[in-house]
Amino acid sequence: MTNITNVAIEPANWRRYFSFSTDHKVIGIQYIVTSFFFFLVGGLLAMVVRGELITPESDLVDRTVYNAMFTMHGTIMLFLWTFPVLAGLANYLVPLMIGARDMAFPRLNAVAFWLVPLLGTIMMLSFLVPGGPAQAGWWSYPPVSLQNPTGNLITGQVLWVLAVAISGVSSIMGAVNFVTTIFRMRAPGMTFFRMPVFVWTVLAAQIIQLFGLPALTAGAVMLLFDLTVGTSFFDSAKGGDPVLFQHFFWFYSHPAVYVIILPVFGVFSEIFPVYARKPLFGYKFVAVSSIIITILSAFVWVHHMFASGTPPWMRMVFMASTMLISVPTGVKVFAWVATIWGGKLRLNTPMLFALGALVMFLFAGITGIMLAAVPFDIHVNNTYFIVGHFHYVVYGAAVLGIYAALYHWFPKITGHMYYEGLGKLHFILTFIGTNLTFFPMHPLGLEGMPRRVASYDPEFTFWNVLASIGAFLLGVSTVPFILNMIGSWSQGEKAPKNPWRAIGLEWLISSPPMIENFEELPIVTSEPYGYGGDHALVANLEHLEIDHE
Amino acid sequence: MKNSTIVKLSIIALVLAAISFWSGQQSYSWFPPQASLEAKLIDGLFSFLVSLGTFIFLGVLGTLSYSVLFQRAAKYDYSDGPAIEGNNTLEIIWTVIPFILVVWIAFYSYQVYSQMSIQGSKDHSDSEAIEVYSRQWAWEFRYPKNNVVSSELHLPVNQRAFLKLQSEDVIHGFYVPAFRVKQDIIPGKTIDFEFTPILEGKYRLRDSQYSGTYFAAMQSNVIVESPEEYQRWLASSAKAKRTPSYNQAYQEFNNKKSKLRGWRSIKPAEPPLVNNLSPGE
Repeated sequence: MTNITNVAIEPANWRRYFSFSTDHKVIGIQYIVTSFFFFLVGGLLAMVVRGELITPESDLVDRTVYNAMFTMHGTIMLFLWTFPVLAGLANYLVPLMIGARDMAFPRLNAVAFWLVPLLGTIMMLSFLVPGGPAQAGWWSYPPVSLQNPTGNLITGQVLWVLAVAISGVSSIMGAVNFVTTIFRMRAPGMTFFRMPVFVWTVLAAQIIQLFGLPALTAGAVMLLFDLTVGTSFFDSAKGGDPVLFQHFFWFYSHPAVYVIILPVFGVFSEIFPVYARKPLFGYKFVAVSSIIITILSAFVWVHHMFASGTPPWMRMVFMASTMLISVPTGVKVFAWVATIWGGKLRLNTPMLFALGALVMFLFAGITGIMLAAVPFDIHVNNTYFIVGHFHYVVYGAAVLGIYAALYHWFPKITGHMYYEGLGKLHFILTFIGTNLTFFPMHPLGLEGMPRRVASYDPEFTFWNVLASIGAFLLGVSTVPFILNMIGSWSQGEKAPKNPWRAIGLEWLISSPPMIENFEELPIVTSEPYGYGGDHALVANLEHLEIDHE
Repeated sequence: MKNSTIVKLSIIALVLAAISFWSGQQSYSWFPPQASLEAKLIDGLFSFLVSLGTFIFLGVLGTLSYSVLFQRAAKYDYSDGPAIEGNNTLEIIWTVIPFILVVWIAFYSYQVYSQMSIQGSKDHSDSEAIEVYSRQWAWEFRYPKNNVVSSELHLPVNQRAFLKLQSEDVIHGFYVPAFRVKQDIIPGKTIDFEFTPILEGKYRLRDSQYSGTYFAAMQSNVIVESPEEYQRWLASSAKAKRTPSYNQAYQEFNNKKSKLRGWRSIKPAEPPLVNNLSPGE
């Protein structure tokens, strides 16, 4: 269904990755590689933060520099790493998994991607303007974000708002494309309850983008007006309401956590059945729970504001809704455990990463329920307990889950096998590093260390030193990954169509798949995850499935 | 289910419950001193959450670990596991039980929160409301009945403390970890806030809502003392001359010797003029 003439003029070598390609697979790789570059940048900023915090005094960098480091670390990690890398994975996999030749709107897809390097460049340029990059935290709460000590019109904060707005536009374009593709482009026989859970989770996540992003984008535009043309939406000195911004911000930015974690749940749901050789336990429950999470996620944002200027009734209502969202999430965790139970496990790199991610997600889920309890949250709100909790989500679960996905689909994407030894080394370093960095943040928060501080009382030194050592270990842990990816892509053993004996449309076609993916569109005849069963996944293309190792 | 399986599962559940209960008891020692009534309530809630959380965490982790250790495929075994696609009873159980648990937690939390009632009361005719002013980056405490201004917060033990929180520039956060209470201070509003200190001692007040360059330095001491000492302090402070207090942000900003290079910052406010000057500061 894509434009065939476009395909013909695209170069078939490495240059296509630097071109305005409309092939969803090229765009997927463009997203993943670009965002990984920014992951490294964001990681370096985190090293500076942890370097400063290895001693109680503010002695490594100036306080303004420290504030810029944690602001840009959070911003880059969310808007230039987590969102785009997941958009990349979904771009690559969704059309393959539903039996489509491409996304519904290939050109829109390319535009959405090319906005990412643009906003990345704006973020990087903000380091060069007088006054430095934004220093108001990734939340950019006014009035701090409205303060402008340089007096210039173009400040790091203005560029920050601009870049975030561009990110919003890019994500909305992506969301329109994903939702349309999943609704309209499924192969014959691919009913909703025959879609792999990864597709369900991408759908659930992208619906969140559609209803949530307008709020954030509106908030960002109002902030931009307050900053540049002197309006007073949020400026309390001129009668504005700074708490209003918090509502705009969290109305999107809490559901955004589910935009990140839902596709990772999808990855878990794909990987566990393959390496446990069992069907996904309770497929329909798991699939539907994603949509329930999407609905509930729209009603929990005030739990970020339990200590803010919120009345007691509001705190209680949002405590209840936040508690409820743990139920569909729990359903998924139990379903994965039941999938693994009694299986025939193969602990290769993707499975190790997925298992590690699941354990850390479980921990984060439990501390999450604690945080939903308003009285406890009032003590640890804005302390390191929160930082520890959400890094277990966004690093422990999401980054490890993304690594699991990259290893699992690496043979499909590149046509080469990765090196298992380096992969396992990468896993061990990452798993130890993650826990060493983020576990100590929990006791620090319980003892009352606020987040975002450049200096702290000496009583907090012990756990901070551990966290800093862990962070440097995490920095080192990316080295075997990078070596593995570059080495195996160029030198690795050729991958067969289906090295993992996995069931799924993407494993029926060549590695890497040809342009437009399928010679003839598959006709789907059964539910996914038919491990141990004997029903065929498709009616045609059947001859391809014999191509086992 | 076979009888032997039931016995085994019961033993495991009992051991897990014992460990979980023990963790819950341990959790009290992970906090700063319990210096307020609210702290007692919150620590009790947290202990309950730790017990429950430990039980779930170890239960799931144990199940997964058993699979990882004992349910691995043999090297050349390429067969599949059993084709179990689900179990409706089990799925309903693990939806309903967590639902009941979270409703329980929410109810317990609601009770604790109403007992704390830290927000909003204006009915404190017999006690003096202390005015708390926050600005980049200093705390200032005013005792209007006694005409005392202080850079440290003095409170009498075992009496409800009533604070009127105000900010003069950005959002700050009033946070005393030993009291476990926290409230953002929104500029343009006066926020009534209350709690009850129950343990004499010296604690730290920290700004908990990021407030710009010297955010980390915006700390102060909280001194909980006997009512007599408190009255004595008020009386002697009222007689003392007002002088500028020590302020770390102000000091750092005006310290030209610092080797660290940064970007331009908002200028810190002048240190407040206060009646007391505590030794060493």
